[in-house]
Amino acid sequence: MIVEIPRGLPEMLRQVTGFIYPNEVEIHWSILIVVYPYLTGLVAGAFILASLMKVFNVEAVRPTYRLSLLTALAFLLVAPFPLLLHLGHPERSFEIFLTPQLSSAMAMFGFVYAWYLMGVLLLEIWFEFRRDLVVLGGQGRGPLRWIHRALSLFSKDISPDALAFDRGAIKLITLIGIPSAFLLHGYVGFIFGSVKANPWWGSVLMPIVFLMSAIVSGIAMVVLLYMILTALRKEPTDMRCLDTITSYLFYAVIVDFSLEALDFIHRLYQSEESVGILGQLISNKLFVSLFVVQVLVGMVVPLGMLIAAKAAKLDEGRRRLVYLVAVILIQLGIFSTRWNVVIGGQLFSKSFRGLMTYKMEVLGLEGLITALALLVVPFVILAVLLRVLPLRRLEEQGVQGSAISLRVSEVPGVSSLTQ
Amino acid sequence: MNKRQFMKGMIVFIAAGPDFATLARAAYAKADSAKAGGSGDPADMGLGDYDPSEHWYGMGIEVDKCIGCNRCVVACKAENGVPDEPYYFRTWIERYSVLANGETEVECISVDPGKQQREPPAENRDVVRSFFVPKLCNHCAHPPCVQVCPVGATFATQDGVVIVDQERCLGCRYCIQACPYGARFLNPNTHTADKCTFCYHRVVKGLMPACVEVCPTGARVFGDLRSRASRLVRMQRMSKISVLKPDLNTEPKVYYSQLDGEVR
Amino acid sequence: MAAREQVKRLGLVLAILIGVIVLVRFVVIPRAYFSTRHHQASTVKREVAKPVHFAGMAACRECHSDEYETKSAGYHKGLACETCHGPSTGHAEDPMSVKPYAPRDRTFCPVCHAYDRSRPTGFPQINPAVHNEGLACIACHNPHDPVPPEVPQECSACHAQIARTKAVSRHASLACTTCHEASEQHKVSPRAALPSKPQTREFCGQCHAGGAAGSSVPQVDLATHGSHYLCWQCHYPHLPEGNP
Repeated sequence: MIVEIPRGLPEMLRQVTGFIYPNEVEIHWSILIVVYPYLTGLVAGAFILASLMKVFNVEAVRPTYRLSLLTALAFLLVAPFPLLLHLGHPERSFEIFLTPQLSSAMAMFGFVYAWYLMGVLLLEIWFEFRRDLVVLGGQGRGPLRWIHRALSLFSKDISPDALAFDRGAIKLITLIGIPSAFLLHGYVGFIFGSVKANPWWGSVLMPIVFLMSAIVSGIAMVVLLYMILTALRKEPTDMRCLDTITSYLFYAVIVDFSLEALDFIHRLYQSEESVGILGQLISNKLFVSLFVVQVLVGMVVPLGMLIAAKAAKLDEGRRRLVYLVAVILIQLGIFSTRWNVVIGGQLFSKSFRGLMTYKMEVLGLEGLITALALLVVPFVILAVLLRVLPLRRLEEQGVQGSAISLRVSEVPGVSSLTQ
Repeated sequence: MNKRQFMKGMIVFIAAGPDFATLARAAYAKADSAKAGGSGDPADMGLGDYDPSEHWYGMGIEVDKCIGCNRCVVACKAENGVPDEPYYFRTWIERYSVLANGETEVECISVDPGKQQREPPAENRDVVRSFFVPKLCNHCAHPPCVQVCPVGATFATQDGVVIVDQERCLGCRYCIQACPYGARFLNPNTHTADKCTFCYHRVVKGLMPACVEVCPTGARVFGDLRSRASRLVRMQRMSKISVLKPDLNTEPKVYYSQLDGEVR
Repeated sequence: MAAREQVKRLGLVLAILIGVIVLVRFVVIPRAYFSTRHHQASTVKREVAKPVHFAGMAACRECHSDEYETKSAGYHKGLACETCHGPSTGHAEDPMSVKPYAPRDRTFCPVCHAYDRSRPTGFPQINPAVHNEGLACIACHNPHDPVPPEVPQECSACHAQIARTKAVSRHASLACTTCHEASEQHKVSPRAALPSKPQTREFCGQCHAGGAAGSSVPQVDLATHGSHYLCWQCHYPHLPEGNP
């Protein structure tokens, strides 16, 4: 019979050590399933940062508020694609919406995603940008003007009353949005945490650890984007904002590290039957990705750098450099965390007697190139969004008089809109 | 009326319309389900006189009878069109060698069936006991694979056989991850989840599953747990029965007699 | 109070969205699609319609009752026809044009009968490299009634692993019958007529407590060695120098 077997299988069979159930030689959830929780984690984390300002009134982080929302949107739009590309039958994916089986955590995906996208993120973005869209729709020329008008749903009311309503709505949406963001990423943690067959995944702590590392990665990503954007636009960086955010980042990393350390110590202490094979897993297969990248490079070194930046009272330029390197390392660390969970959980046999390998394809629908492309596309989407939507409030730009993006300064009468 | 009032009215109208449609559909649905009947007409499923609700299937494995000949594996692949490649098995055989120092060596002999004749395992004075264990889908009464399927493509029939709907399965592979026994695989032809079906297409016609049919020593025992006279019921009476991974509460319906504690 | 402009706009979008969803769910997609029972029933129907490849012994018996009767009286009574002859539904349906496979070469029978140390004790095993080399198995053994041409005098025909273990042990020169009494019935119904095992300590004492002075046979004092237990409850007589 002519069969199209996944290409890496013969080599993966040769590299099996110990005993595995014969069907386990194929690694079922590939790098795309590593990319998916990484993307939704960034969404959840960026949104939590935005909510810091709106719900907890941390004014210092205001300069990154809109950026957080747009970052969350850019990553959220790409998030379903790794899943679609991974399915054996992507053309049947709508079945999750139409006939979900309610006992399955994965069935939640369609509804949680749709709710978060439409009921939380798009709604909050609309309320936040509505005023500026109305203004921009009223001035300017060309197709961009119509895009602005359409995005504002052709509304026109920017009276103080209407704007107060907008602010109230945003507050309410953010309030609802925080648990929604937790649900969006937490259910992925639950998908893994509820698998009793797999001792690497099946743990009560799994959804919590997923969420905490998501918050870390999201905050770090917004910091990274903020620094890159202010550099590209040649605007001054608000150091008070950066210092505040990196403080929150610092605490988030501490909590994340503590939770992961707790999980590790707990397993070692309890010493259940699986501890033998899991020990072999992390010392043979996951040594570099776990100890070196996830822990050392991704958590310990950035923590040290952040401590140093604060304690050594570095000047602005050096602090910025330290922050930049730290958040990049954190991204590597969190991606590695996802890898260690998803791929790591599939590298040992459920018989607890053997280990497998994962041969990642380079080309191919579930290959490295696809994964990298999916990681790059959100930045492209963000660039498009930033072309259409102003990153800082028009009234702030008019009032502060700092370097204003060219398009806005072309708009006549913008100063008359300030209040 | 002005534009504003018209828009207000439109919104109400648009919201109300589907509501009426929903009520109408609900009324139709009630009428229809009363017609279709409770448990599904067996004739509709091509079962003829066979009534699934009268049966509850399980399998027994007598470990001390298995000679590790792999006839069951070969027959299963022939009967069910499983790819011949050594990465896809609906059933397989494991060889256990328990050594005097407490270690256990395990090997799957179905992956390279010719190996036994090419390089028979060497005599080893350290081996305290050695035996073969057939494995297959356990058709659990409380199946974790059914629980996690996002679209309900895998389900248990009324007679206790867990099967996969090859036309609805998305190929998400969650069931494969959830199975503690490694019984499932992704069929490379259909790109859907696949596994042992107890040869349901044979069983409903009164035949034995292919693996049971060809087992030379009668190590595989298929039976109806609801029947008063079946090989499986006798086996449950005469042997001490174990199942695999009982602590996971999957309630497997493949019952092993003489199962060694080293078997996972 | 007139509804806020934002509420009206969003309300419109929501209404359109709900309208589309309701339309698709209740009008466009047929109702049966949402019924679990419908999908399960059609799956069962598809599953049950799959082709059968193994006909089963009862089907073979209908035409080949002679072979079936012969087989039912011999050692292969539990062995299905298709285990050796392969899936034969094609032949059962059209006996004249489709013939089943009939294994005739030496590589086939050793699949079950070649010696393998993990095979259960009592299963007849041979070493294909030395057992009647070159001859086809069926030259001496009728596959439907596989009685060996000469009834084996040695227990090793069925108890190969024990024989091999003993053959490299200190007890190699002892015949199986030294310690075990087996009736002829044991060769016909092995599990029903089991051989005996020594039931007294003095039995082993015949060699090991008799004081054959100067011999290399290990000697023990039965009065003090091993309490009241039978010797083989600790020592493995087939490999006495191994771990007890």
